[in-house]
Amino acid sequence: MNPFDYIRPASVAEAVAAAAEPGAAYLAAGTNLLDLMKVGAMRPGRLVDVRHLPGLDRIETLSDGSFRIGSMVRNADLARDAGFAAAFPAVAEALLSGASAQLRNVATVGGNVMQRTRCAYFQDPASACNKRNPGSGCDALEGENRTHAVLGWSGSCIATHPSDFCVSLVAFDAVVEIVGPAGTREVPLEEFHLLPGTTPERECVLEAGELIVALRLPSDAGRFAANQRYLKLRERTSFAFALVSATAALDIEDGTIRSARLALGGVAAKPWRAHAAEAQLQGAAPGVEAFEQAARAALADAMPSGANAFKIELARRVVNRALLLAAAGTPERMPAMPASAFSSVPGVLSHV
Amino acid sequence: MSDAITLPAPHVRLGSSSGQPVTRRDGHLKVTGAATYAADNHPAGMLYAVIAVSTIARGRVTSLDVEAAKAHPGVVEVITPANRPPLSLDPDEKVGLFGFRIDALQNDRVRYARQPIALVVAETLEAATEGARLLSPTYEVEPARVTFEDGEAYDPPAVGVGAPPNFAKGDIAAGHAAATHRVDTTYETPAQYHNAMEPHAMVAEWNGDHLTIDTPNQAIVMSRALFAGYFGIPPENVLLRSPFLGGGFGSKAIMNGPYILAILAARMMQRPVKMVLPRDQMFGPVGHRGATQQHLRLGMDAEGHLTALEHNAVATTSTFDDFIEPAANASHNLYASPAISTRHGGVRVDIGTPGPMRAPGEASGSAALECAIDEAALACGIDPLEFRLRNYSETDPASGKPFSAKALRECYAEGAKAFGWAGRPLSPRQMKDVQGRLVGWGMGSAMFPCPMFPATARATLRSDGTALVETAGADMGQGAWTALAQIAADGLGLDVERIEFRSGTSDLPDGGVAGGSGHTASAGTALHNAGTDAIARLAEIATADRKSPLFGAGNAGVEARDGRLYHRGDETRSESYADILARSGNASVEGNGTGARDPKDAEERAMFSHGAVFAEVKVDPDLGQVMVTRLVGAFAAGRIINPKLARSQLYGGMIWGVSFALHEEAVHDRRSGRIMNADLAGYHIPVHADIPDMQALLIHEDDPYVNVLGVKGVGEIGVTGTVGAIANAIWHATGVRVRRFPITLDKLILDPGMPA
Repeated sequence: MNPFDYIRPASVAEAVAAAAEPGAAYLAAGTNLLDLMKVGAMRPGRLVDVRHLPGLDRIETLSDGSFRIGSMVRNADLARDAGFAAAFPAVAEALLSGASAQLRNVATVGGNVMQRTRCAYFQDPASACNKRNPGSGCDALEGENRTHAVLGWSGSCIATHPSDFCVSLVAFDAVVEIVGPAGTREVPLEEFHLLPGTTPERECVLEAGELIVALRLPSDAGRFAANQRYLKLRERTSFAFALVSATAALDIEDGTIRSARLALGGVAAKPWRAHAAEAQLQGAAPGVEAFEQAARAALADAMPSGANAFKIELARRVVNRALLLAAAGTPERMPAMPASAFSSVPGVLSHV
Repeated sequence: MSDAITLPAPHVRLGSSSGQPVTRRDGHLKVTGAATYAADNHPAGMLYAVIAVSTIARGRVTSLDVEAAKAHPGVVEVITPANRPPLSLDPDEKVGLFGFRIDALQNDRVRYARQPIALVVAETLEAATEGARLLSPTYEVEPARVTFEDGEAYDPPAVGVGAPPNFAKGDIAAGHAAATHRVDTTYETPAQYHNAMEPHAMVAEWNGDHLTIDTPNQAIVMSRALFAGYFGIPPENVLLRSPFLGGGFGSKAIMNGPYILAILAARMMQRPVKMVLPRDQMFGPVGHRGATQQHLRLGMDAEGHLTALEHNAVATTSTFDDFIEPAANASHNLYASPAISTRHGGVRVDIGTPGPMRAPGEASGSAALECAIDEAALACGIDPLEFRLRNYSETDPASGKPFSAKALRECYAEGAKAFGWAGRPLSPRQMKDVQGRLVGWGMGSAMFPCPMFPATARATLRSDGTALVETAGADMGQGAWTALAQIAADGLGLDVERIEFRSGTSDLPDGGVAGGSGHTASAGTALHNAGTDAIARLAEIATADRKSPLFGAGNAGVEARDGRLYHRGDETRSESYADILARSGNASVEGNGTGARDPKDAEERAMFSHGAVFAEVKVDPDLGQVMVTRLVGAFAAGRIINPKLARSQLYGGMIWGVSFALHEEAVHDRRSGRIMNADLAGYHIPVHADIPDMQALLIHEDDPYVNVLGVKGVGEIGVTGTVGAIANAIWHATGVRVRRFPITLDKLILDPGMPA
């Protein structure tokens, strides 16, 4: 990889100052960034290591019942935090279905939000990629695109956002706390990631030097705790990205859905919140009829971006199943294989 | 004196060591990190070499920015076709039986993506890596051809390692004409890459015209000569050290360009050089399993007996060398049919040359054959196990020769019993679990030949009653060190703990090739014979020594056990090895052995390991997600030296079968020819959670002909049978017959046979 400067700031302010320089990148656990540097897809001239910054590794319950998660909290630590996992079981389930046990033990929640697409053409410096090299074209459009986006893509880019965690976060209206050269600000996660349009190189709203310091989950999401699931379809049971995933959460009272949350993963350049489907579910009786209708609504705008039409049908089925699982109730204990379609098979081993 | 009749000495006497589930002797070293793999060596003054590889699949390199690379701090040399010193062998020539053409910067041609186009040598790995990037090659690009359709078809003169491409027995047309039921089906298997956990690695150090190389290798002494050949030095000037391998699977038995370039760099720089291939470079110059298209036509009479078995396979190879996956040969030796016809075709594409990859031909061929047999059973309305029994071959279908031993019937019976096969519904989509998932059962027959490679060994009995045994064997992780030591101990009549076993370097007697599932048989037989030779010499000393209690035992003979020689006629007369040696004045006595099969048996008998694999899968009816929930394999492979290690090998093979059936595929971009999933995140192999509860049953089999030990092999057979069993179980669960591996969920959910 290219030579680079390594800076280990002592405070958030120092970090922001150091990262505001052109060519700088924040380094957390590096589980994605270092891989990209090794293959030459990213070549930052300066790494600003934020792992050791004070105060970013805490999971807090605020007075209003909301959660505030420091950006340097490790994925595994958040998923195994009993209070958090009880309040947001589908977030914990999504976390535990991501990457591998080894990666979850080091990867941070801030890094998870900031991870890059796994589009093979993005990762391959010899390929044209508008995201990596604006204006160079998109080799995925006519290439091996079986797993690419079916929602929100453009002729410039058909990559997907790979995160599981973010799918559940966006379903529950997570907010991103940001510190930058101009001060602090908050952005709803749903508005944080950007669709490609004609500027796929711009993946999120962060400006130069801005640092995610925390994620917040509002307290009113707690009413979904009894009926929520994350379901992830993938081509092996661990260490594989979602072909399609979905977070479904239902607030059910007296046999009627009072409110619903639905988000999809693996289908777009951002975690995809399905508002129209949520609206359809509101007031409906939980069941196959309502869920299939919601699934159709969630994918109403979907279009294949290549040899991936199956993902649209698959996504409908995943949404339908996730809603059925949510309606059946949050499992008392985390399934042995979190988010797996086989999570409830008796006798299946519990090591992912 | 006893008046009992003394029986003639048995041909082989195996003591208490063989057959025991001894824990692998290198286990502690490996789990504690103390085992020294090739890349763990850091000789003083060592430089790092990194290969620069092409990003195009066909064309010419038109420029390399050598100046930029050399200007990078730490870079000391850049080797390109312009300054590459000559080699003593032409890289474009094939040398020896396992010879392959290699890419060693002989010119500016590019013949596949990730072909070496330069080598950068630097003081650090980071500098060499960045130097390679700074070369910024430009190319004259020609269109890449990586698919069957785009490639150039040809008739290969040979398949696999020198096997004939075509075979015919009986009248295949008449067989088809006579058929009441017919199956005509085509299966495709993708390009697969070995991806041993340990990538290819080389640490090379020259001392004058002597070369020491630390490198993982499956054929240590044979490879030594080839390494020497490229550099024009005698084989004995090369010391190849390969004590541990982190997997080989065939790819580490074959020479490759990067190794030669690293050694060349060490000679140019007069300093030791280390080169370790990064994972993505494992997808190019170091072999793979070529893709296949296999067309099978089967004819059956009204009772379900095969009347014709026709298997035509086309496989991809490179544009500049030939290795055709001998897939159709899987139909030669398993099922009885009066007419068998197999043919192979080749298609030249812009890829690195394929090579032997665990069960080369058998794996891909068995996958297609066992699925076709399942289709044939269905066409006849017969249970797949019953169909296989009706077509059971009592003699080798291809040659008509008797089998040296064949306990396949017992494998079927024991496997089916352990699995609970009885009562399986004939039609698909008949079984569901309590969650509503589709359940299917499938099976496949497993088979693998029993080659032996020339091997030699030395056994030295020492005055302290211990022994040194030596052979240049390769422990790829399969446990060769342990099983071979067990055999050696028995040959010497010693406890295995009294054996010092030396292996893994080229200055030892040639242990042959750790490949073809023949290492235990080959090196083991050599070790056994070396041991009995040493004992014979010791017995000569003892029986000629008037002071020995064994004096004059010549006619009755002696027997070696527990470190003593016993008079066969009188068990009260015995003496320890140490005492015999001490009195004789010899510090030690040495025996030598070779491992070879009786040529008469080899000529007269067909020799194979056999097995039967049963699989249960569950499939989500809406989502198409597949889980293999049970795998039972029953294998008959002659004498099992170490059941614990043998089972582990069989498990490994069966897991490989899961991988073949459900996961593995190298995905080429058709335009650039590059493999787009050249890493272990993108190139899927199973994780633990994909692997079900498995059983590997070891079925008793006495094979008096295969070799003096009765040992066959277990390294590869587990792959065969398993792939078909899983594919057949998926069909049985869903009614969907996926004929293109791997069976991924998109192929299931979009099939009209799988209604939502």
